[in-house]
Amino acid sequence: MQDKVLTTEDVVSRLADGMTIGIGGWGSRRKPMALVRAILRSPLRDLTLVSYGGPDVGLLCAAGKVRKVVYGFVSLDSIALDAHFRAARQRGELEVAEYDEGMVLAGLRAAAARLPFLPTRAGLGSDVLALNPDLRTVTSPYPDGEELVAMPALRLDAALVHLNRADRFGNAQYLGPDPYFDDLMCAAARRSFLSCEEIVPTEELLAGGPPQSLLINRIHSHGVVETPNGAHFTSCAPDYERDEAFQRRYADSAKPEQWAKFRAEFLDGDEQSYQAAVAAFHAREEVPA
Amino acid sequence: MTISRAEVCAVACADTWRDAGAVLASPFGVIPSIGARLARLTTAPELLLTDGEAMLLAEPTALGAEAAGTVEGWLPYGRVLDLLAGGRRRVMMGASQVDRYGNQNISRIGPWDKPKVQLIGVRGAPGNTVNHTTNYWVARHSAKVFVASVDLVAGIGHDRARQVGARFHDVRVVVTDLAVLDFTGPDRTMRLRSVHPGVSVAEVQERTGFELAVDSVTETRLPTDEELALIRHRIDPKNLRDQEVPG
Repeated sequence: MQDKVLTTEDVVSRLADGMTIGIGGWGSRRKPMALVRAILRSPLRDLTLVSYGGPDVGLLCAAGKVRKVVYGFVSLDSIALDAHFRAARQRGELEVAEYDEGMVLAGLRAAAARLPFLPTRAGLGSDVLALNPDLRTVTSPYPDGEELVAMPALRLDAALVHLNRADRFGNAQYLGPDPYFDDLMCAAARRSFLSCEEIVPTEELLAGGPPQSLLINRIHSHGVVETPNGAHFTSCAPDYERDEAFQRRYADSAKPEQWAKFRAEFLDGDEQSYQAAVAAFHAREEVPA
Repeated sequence: MTISRAEVCAVACADTWRDAGAVLASPFGVIPSIGARLARLTTAPELLLTDGEAMLLAEPTALGAEAAGTVEGWLPYGRVLDLLAGGRRRVMMGASQVDRYGNQNISRIGPWDKPKVQLIGVRGAPGNTVNHTTNYWVARHSAKVFVASVDLVAGIGHDRARQVGARFHDVRVVVTDLAVLDFTGPDRTMRLRSVHPGVSVAEVQERTGFELAVDSVTETRLPTDEELALIRHRIDPKNLRDQEVPG
């Protein structure tokens, strides 16, 4: 079996300008933040993001990496809105495709099943259709004749997800309360890269959780990166909860004079220096993680 | 102890679930969260409640104590999105704007390409409103929220539902810090159903950006002693409700 262990830099080197990239997790929960930070350090640009959006979208927008965002919402959960995404939108510099959350799900399912679209009721009558003029409806061929939204497949060039455990071959496990849509993101993508808190031998995967926790298997993953604390500052239960104090610091950095400072303090170095700067932040602020 | 405005609002929210039966209750905001728990403990014992994430809780917990609840089921986000398409859910969402037909906006204010204010996005509002009963909670009733025309239709109102033949559309009630409103006015427009004690019809009309039907306005009912005890001692002992609706 192919050993798929990579570094975050290896993953980024397999991405290209202009790609459509699906990002797993949900809001400010189990986002592949170490991979996002690696993109921030790279020259990658013009990305289209497909995401149940959180600070992944916000950070990439703040750093000017994004051409377009496809989403149902962008939220930090405990803070309702992501200030960086908001600022980028209000500057008028982002192309967006805003869908109902269920439409995003239908689009990913269509892509995973190699279908051109899936019908859904969500979106009918709302301005989502007017805002996405390429969207079409489809009429049921059965006697009901119901008109439904034909949600087009959201095909991804690459998917980035973060899970609790994985083996070297790309079998991966979530141990928290919710799989989110990570498996579907990987199935909808040409290539999928997963980061995890810990790489363990295959025979130890079931020591962590039941068989149902083995969310992604190796046919849907092309690279595995071990990134301890790699979802920080989003939650990665049960390994850690969201770092609320640091998330507030991030949210405050949307003020123009603060972003350069935040970037220099936390993002300009490598992942190790990020984690060290976060530890120093907590020591200085005397706020526990 | 006198009955607070927040407590009147919580009971008005609870009443929106009283005939819901065995469905998932999805409240957004503190007062709706109290309302759903209160309904579950009084008039709607079959309601399903979540911990705000993926667990279904067998018994209502105090606000902020969800992690201590007994789990009766598992409903991660993906299954919520599937369940809502089946209709067995009743939500109470927030609204940045609402118009007289119940069209709701939580996405953005101003032009689409360069919004004056980017909000959270349409979220599940389009899917919720075409699939199952949807009600709204507005913590500060004002003409900025109750507008003649919303900047973007996220949740669809009665005029839009009629245009597209949305057969499961059922937007019923808007509860605010001043009043309870429904859509039984002419052509299914917004009607003032009741004003909270101490609020006048004129005050509600003044703080609404369009004309309301006001043919038979009553006073919003007060909580019973049982409901007050449940709210104060069991559901919201930390009094988070007064932060959302002061006074």
